Amino acid sequence: MSKPRPTPAMVAGVAVGGALGACLRWSLDATTGAGTGPAGDFPWTTLAINVLGAFALAALPAVVPTPTAAQRASVLAVALGPGLLGGFTTMSAAAEQTRALVSAGSALGAGLYVLGTVLAAVAAVRLAGRFEPAPAGDELG
Amino acid sequence: MTVLLVALGAAIGAPLRFLAAHHFDGRAPWGTLAVNVLGSTALGLLSALSLSGSAMALWGTGLCGGFTTYSAFAVQAVGLGRVVGTAYAVATLTMCVLGAGLGFALGS
Repeated sequence: MSKPRPTPAMVAGVAVGGALGACLRWSLDATTGAGTGPAGDFPWTTLAINVLGAFALAALPAVVPTPTAAQRASVLAVALGPGLLGGFTTMSAAAEQTRALVSAGSALGAGLYVLGTVLAAVAAVRLAGRFEPAPAGDELG
Repeated sequence: MTVLLVALGAAIGAPLRFLAAHHFDGRAPWGTLAVNVLGSTALGLLSALSLSGSAMALWGTGLCGGFTTYSAFAVQAVGLGRVVGTAYAVATLTMCVLGAGLGFALGS
């Protein structure tokens, strides 16, 4: 579990990636009209964002090689993972939307939203895991 | 204009989460758990305050949204295995929704 100590470049990379991810989330909310309907509308957009982001984060090791030596690679990896995808997905909106569903009298909707998101996200992570490159040990033998 | 406020908030929130995860995520992702519960509570509070669109874009969509994460949560829950992963998911989701409720009540 030895993680490389975050360098200023990595922190900056996360900031830039996070800003881009959040803007992407905001523009999807804006184009789908999320949050503009009556309180208690089912939050399909946030559900889709969180499931898609979970899939992409799980698939990331297959796309961006795990950094071995090159510092540049680890900056890219954190800019895309904790940065772009961390900023794109959101737990706070999911929790607040659940609270709003309960408060709008839709306890069933709230339950379906929480369970639907987490089960779909877990399935997406497992699916993405199939694309991961085989561990080095397997290649050796 | 609004999009710049979202970007600014997330440019602060995402690195804060990254550093919290680096320092406090160990065998269990305590850092990410704390970040998600704290950010959900803060967003519940902000939602009760009927802020302007600009203020909500900066503090809510940007800062709280960029600070908290669902992608890392889901990947961690799967990586922790069936028993611990399920416990982690249930604990996170329960505490985040309760946090949003508490924050909303505090702000109302």
